[in-house]
Amino acid sequence: MTLIPRNRGGHPVAYAPGYKSSVARSPKLALISGSATPSEQTGPVFGHDLLGKLDSNLILNFTGEPAIGERIIVHGRVLDENARPVPGALVEVWQANAGGRYRHKKDGYLAPLDPNFGGCGRTITGEDGSYEFLTIRPGAYPWPNGPNDWRPMHIHFSVFGHSFGQRLITQMYFEGDPLIPLCPIVKTIPDQSAVDRLVAPLDMSRAMPLDCLAYKFDIVLRGSRQTMFENKMEGL
Amino acid sequence: MVQPLNTLTETASQTAGPYVHIGCTPNFVGIEGIYDEDLGLVPFPKDEPGEHITITGTILDGTGTVLRDVLVESWQCNAEGTFGPGSRGFARMPSDLTTGIWTLNTVKPAAVGKQSPHIALWIVARGINIGLQTRIYFEGDDHSADPLLTRLEHQNRVETLIAKKTGDNSYQFDIRLQGEGETVFLDL
Ligand SMILES: [Fe+3]
Repeated sequence: MTLIPRNRGGHPVAYAPGYKSSVARSPKLALISGSATPSEQTGPVFGHDLLGKLDSNLILNFTGEPAIGERIIVHGRVLDENARPVPGALVEVWQANAGGRYRHKKDGYLAPLDPNFGGCGRTITGEDGSYEFLTIRPGAYPWPNGPNDWRPMHIHFSVFGHSFGQRLITQMYFEGDPLIPLCPIVKTIPDQSAVDRLVAPLDMSRAMPLDCLAYKFDIVLRGSRQTMFENKMEGL
Repeated sequence: MVQPLNTLTETASQTAGPYVHIGCTPNFVGIEGIYDEDLGLVPFPKDEPGEHITITGTILDGTGTVLRDVLVESWQCNAEGTFGPGSRGFARMPSDLTTGIWTLNTVKPAAVGKQSPHIALWIVARGINIGLQTRIYFEGDDHSADPLLTRLEHQNRVETLIAKKTGDNSYQFDIRLQGEGETVFLDL
């Protein structure tokens, strides 16, 4: 597949002084652009045999006993820029617990760990590009950046499409969270419409009565050029 | 008015953050029992044909400080020039939490077309807002026809993409995110 060049205007900038960690970790020189080659146009394929029974159930997958928090379904589709579904995409998620604490030795936030919450899950999209997780709503949490910065509630997403050049890590936010526009990491994205596309709406059509709410988060990966007149070039 | 294109826009990237390992290599950070093993522990089985090599490296920020919270992914063809099948050729390398060293045990890839043997890398971490693409080429190979290396305007930066041979089957590849000797990052 011939990947369409990445539109960098819809992405965060590398150097964003409001997010202090980016200051020393952002390249100063221009990226070297070129056409994708087989190294970018192919990628690893993961089979359903990778998945355990509870991999997409973050409420139960750590100990088998339910995690504490507001039960939610997070679902959506993985599509490409040509609006085609991406089946067989590996989607991995990680998040803080209901109190805003990660199970990680570097997270010393005073909110308690939940003994039944590990904080990660994964699934593979179906033929129509769809995926679904059952989890708890993560808490907002403070972080050392500005004097009083807080992360909005969010779930981290890592997605493998069909090629290594489509590799994407992003974060999903929740409709209505007043912390979203205050967040220095959200603000690394200059295009407001690109920010809006990271905010999952409440989806009552998938909420389960007396059980859980639902949020919908569609993910769009780089597309590929469809043409009957492909100019085959070696390398670049 | 014109017809709408009906295309979508790629979802914006966000930093992988300091806890990327919880999601991508949970066993590595002590979250055990959810997945049997972390994804991408080895790119090829032990009996994979070809020259087995070890590449080690560190990633340095603009102050020269080693990153200890980084995750590197690699993707390559085998010694015959074949990508895959399945996830063969893919590896995930968390940097050591103390030393920041990442290690890739793999086979040396074949040349593909005019491209010299190389391994594609993708680097994510706290402070990196969109994953960084780069490549490992190898000291000792003839790079005179490689389309990417030969067209770099600043030829003095080519060496930032070439792993140094440190032994019979071992290479060193350090990545500098910013400043003096900044690694070439790609947009392919
Ligand atoms: Fe987070």
